[in-house]
Amino acid sequence: MLMDIFLTFFKIGSFTIGGGYAMLPIIQREVVDNKKWLGEEEFLDSIAVTNSLPGPLAINCATFVGYRKAGYAGVAAATLGAILPSFMIILVIAMFFTSIKENPIVDHVFAGVRPAVVALIAYALLKLVKSMGINSLNISISIAVLLLILLLNFHPIFAIVIFGALGFFLFRKEEEK
Amino acid sequence: MIALLKLFLTFLKIGAFSFGGGYAVVALIQKEVIENNGWISPKDFIDIVAIAEMTPGPIAVNSSTFVGYKVGAIAGSAIATLGVVLIPITITLIVSVYYNKFKHLKQVDWVIKGIRPAVLGLIAAACIKIAWASIIDIKGIIIALLIFFGVWKLKINPIIALLISGVLGVIFYGVH
Repeated sequence: MLMDIFLTFFKIGSFTIGGGYAMLPIIQREVVDNKKWLGEEEFLDSIAVTNSLPGPLAINCATFVGYRKAGYAGVAAATLGAILPSFMIILVIAMFFTSIKENPIVDHVFAGVRPAVVALIAYALLKLVKSMGINSLNISISIAVLLLILLLNFHPIFAIVIFGALGFFLFRKEEEK
Repeated sequence: MIALLKLFLTFLKIGAFSFGGGYAVVALIQKEVIENNGWISPKDFIDIVAIAEMTPGPIAVNSSTFVGYKVGAIAGSAIATLGVVLIPITITLIVSVYYNKFKHLKQVDWVIKGIRPAVLGLIAAACIKIAWASIIDIKGIIIALLIFFGVWKLKINPIIALLISGVLGVIFYGVH
């Protein structure tokens, strides 16, 4: 069982390029359709819950499924399986990175890739805005954080803590009405 | 040894606050690793983000492994990776154990509702800072706009988009 859990998440970790929601269909196919470790609804519920926690979706999902199937040992097997493929691939790339980058063609490739990274982050922002929903409160918080960081050199973690606390009190008040 | 401990604690902190997906972690790493500790240059970091995007696995894990290697070779990469996932795994484990109680906690919803727009703001800030470091001329502006249009309107896969941008880089910067 432990080996099965490890190998399943190793497979998930090896083939999920792009991260986040791009991984969901692949995790779902393996965990729900192939292995039947979770039911469809249970899977979606667990994603909704683990998504509200810090950490990458795939790692949190591996933790949840691993615990459900085999307790603490299951968590270790699942998370190790999910992390190991990308860890090894990045390690190999990192080892040769400095020498590869001295090649003038590779240098030009990265000169083109860097602006594209900005475009991809901007597009991710666009999607986040859409999924969050636009209202005056949301937009004010986002712009406030943006300005606090850019102009006052605020630490991002500070912003998360402050607005998490603000959300708690604001929405609790709303609930009480 | 001290350096590795500092590396571990830094990524432990980054992992603990990694709400809202890969790019939120990019924002935290850019603050902690580049601005506060100066472990890598902004340019190297953007290259790392691009590679993290194109290889399997979460962007948060990939970029931590990479930064860790730059700071402390193989030991560094293991320590940074462990650091970034340790608190998320611990918290998810606690939630899994008490899943049925946790599922209906309204309090968590309230906090998340405040955090989500904040995370948006901090990713936007990181995006502007990264743009400042990586778009250095008119060619860069053209590439960024083309790729943005490509992924937005033409629904090009991000990995394909990065490959295209590499080709554009060779064409724009290679031929003088």
